[in-house]
Amino acid sequence: METTLKTSKKRTGPVLFSNYQQAYGIKKAIELGRENILLELKDSGLKGRGGAGFSTATKWMLSAAANAEKKFIVCNADEGEPGTFKDRVLLLEYPELVFDGMVIAGFTIGAKIGIVYLRGEYEYMLPLLEGFLNNMKEENLLGKNILEKEGFDFDINIRLGSGAYVCGEETALIESLEGYRGEPRNRPPFPVNTGYLGYPTVVNNVETLASIPHIIYKGGEWFKKNGTDKSKGSKLFSVSGDCGKPGVYELQWGTKINELLEIVEAKNCKAVQVGGASGVCLPKSQFNRSLAYEDAATGGSIIIFDENRNMLKILINFMEFFVEESCGQCTPCRVGNTKLLEGVKNIEKDEYTFSYINKLKELGKTMQAASKCGLGQSSPNSFISILDNFKEEIFYSNSKGIKNVKA
Amino acid sequence: MLVVEKNNLSYEIERMVKEYGSDRQSLLQILQAVQKKYKHISDFAQQEIARMMNIHPVEVYSVISFYSFLSTEPKGRNIVRLCKTIACDMAGKDAVETAVKRELGISFGETTIDQRVSLEYTNCLGMCDEGPAMLINEKVYTHLNPEMAVNILNEIK
Ligand SMILES: Cc1cc2nc3c(=O)[nH]c(=O)nc-3n(C[C@H](O)[C@H](O)[C@H](O)COP(=O)(O)O)c2cc1C
Ligand code: SF4
Ligand code: FES
Repeated sequence: METTLKTSKKRTGPVLFSNYQQAYGIKKAIELGRENILLELKDSGLKGRGGAGFSTATKWMLSAAANAEKKFIVCNADEGEPGTFKDRVLLLEYPELVFDGMVIAGFTIGAKIGIVYLRGEYEYMLPLLEGFLNNMKEENLLGKNILEKEGFDFDINIRLGSGAYVCGEETALIESLEGYRGEPRNRPPFPVNTGYLGYPTVVNNVETLASIPHIIYKGGEWFKKNGTDKSKGSKLFSVSGDCGKPGVYELQWGTKINELLEIVEAKNCKAVQVGGASGVCLPKSQFNRSLAYEDAATGGSIIIFDENRNMLKILINFMEFFVEESCGQCTPCRVGNTKLLEGVKNIEKDEYTFSYINKLKELGKTMQAASKCGLGQSSPNSFISILDNFKEEIFYSNSKGIKNVKA
Repeated sequence: MLVVEKNNLSYEIERMVKEYGSDRQSLLQILQAVQKKYKHISDFAQQEIARMMNIHPVEVYSVISFYSFLSTEPKGRNIVRLCKTIACDMAGKDAVETAVKRELGISFGETTIDQRVSLEYTNCLGMCDEGPAMLINEKVYTHLNPEMAVNILNEIK
């Protein structure tokens, strides 16, 4: 039985989905040399697309400056945030962007090995990706003396994850690559200094790396024509939920939620979850906000809920996700998420007092402050935003009034 | 386990350790390979891996227990993982779930008596625009409805 996966949608966009010929970025990189690549990258203003939004130029400079026998480039293809699937599209339809980006990164910081950490759920992509890497080897875009540049050696390996969302966190990912449980480490030290096997390692998201060849080939100036002052370039949004046209969209940073809803043909929309389960849930009154690092920030996940959805059921789904995916290493996250889930279930059973709800929100704030990694720091976001923004539906309406809704 | 089976398993693990290397960073790859071939990583396999990699068996167990795709208990020949995260839930995962359970006569977390299928839930598969979605082994199936899901399941051996 063949897979029922379809990926034939037409893709257009100003940056990532604009024209690119494989190898052009690598050739240009060799012409420019390391210093100029870093300057171009700095000029572009590119920030990480994996969620945290750290300056890519700074990350590369730190590891380029590090003195070490070996260095590594890691492509974070763990894409596990609920509602995110843009990296899937990049890997399946634009592997040349991702891999050229890795080669350029290797050249710039002086790494000879690149590792793609591909989530176990994406194992079906392996034959395609490995075939692609083989072609690159044949065309001397990988291997020794790449494009006849003396001493420019770089190879890419793919390593599979095994079904753990937290392994997308960069230090957990490194633990996993090293053959351990994927439990996040304390930071600092950061991977740029002490990464894979203790060597300087740049961990970048698939989309960040895919932006690189465009920036190097077409220039930082060209790249930053798109977007806003603080969010340069464009962004891939993974849009799912209640709308006519779910899918991956390349839009300018700064696009308003309202505008996006129109583009994807969302009708009677009541709520938009920006940033996946770790993100926040916004009500209609905030649909004029912009999608950008400085306003409604997101790694790209947009989940749309229409009037018929039950916000409490949605919240239960999110909290179950975190209870299952917490690595359990630190108490605020391990115990906190269980308490929050229990709380939502108690609200559903109509067994709560408002002082209990307030205590839970306090607990959420403690988790945001005291958890060891981004999972526990952000898992209360949905809880707090849904209970705050949809309190009329959840606490004020006669519960019979919402019993019949789907979701 | 029969002695011959043990010998074969040891031999196979030795081959895998040679292929991936006996450094610690190869452990996950070796576990994945054993899981794929034997549908679980038995106590004996854990001990053999530990011995050949020169680490404590508890280390091996601790890694297995962390990853949801690795198991110490035998699974069926095919592992079906239905996505239960939000977008698939909204797209009709419940109906697919019910149909699949009924057809196979088992619940999620169980394996059919003939060892043909294990049913499991999974979190977001990155197919949220094409849900409901499920994986069968490493293949992905999307836009499911109850009838389709059951037909697909009935075709696998
Ligand atoms: C729980 C958790 C899961 C994460 N999952 C991913 C992921 O799947 N992909 C990703 O690129 N970054 C993920 N991140 C962010 C990474 O830790 C890291 O910031 C990112 O890979 C850096 O790349 P960038 O600078 O190119 O964005 C995750 C972070 C946390 C806390
Ligand atoms: S916050 Fe959660 S996922 Fe992160 S280290 Fe602590 S327990 Fe693990
Ligand atoms: S929610 Fe099911 S694939 Fe993302």
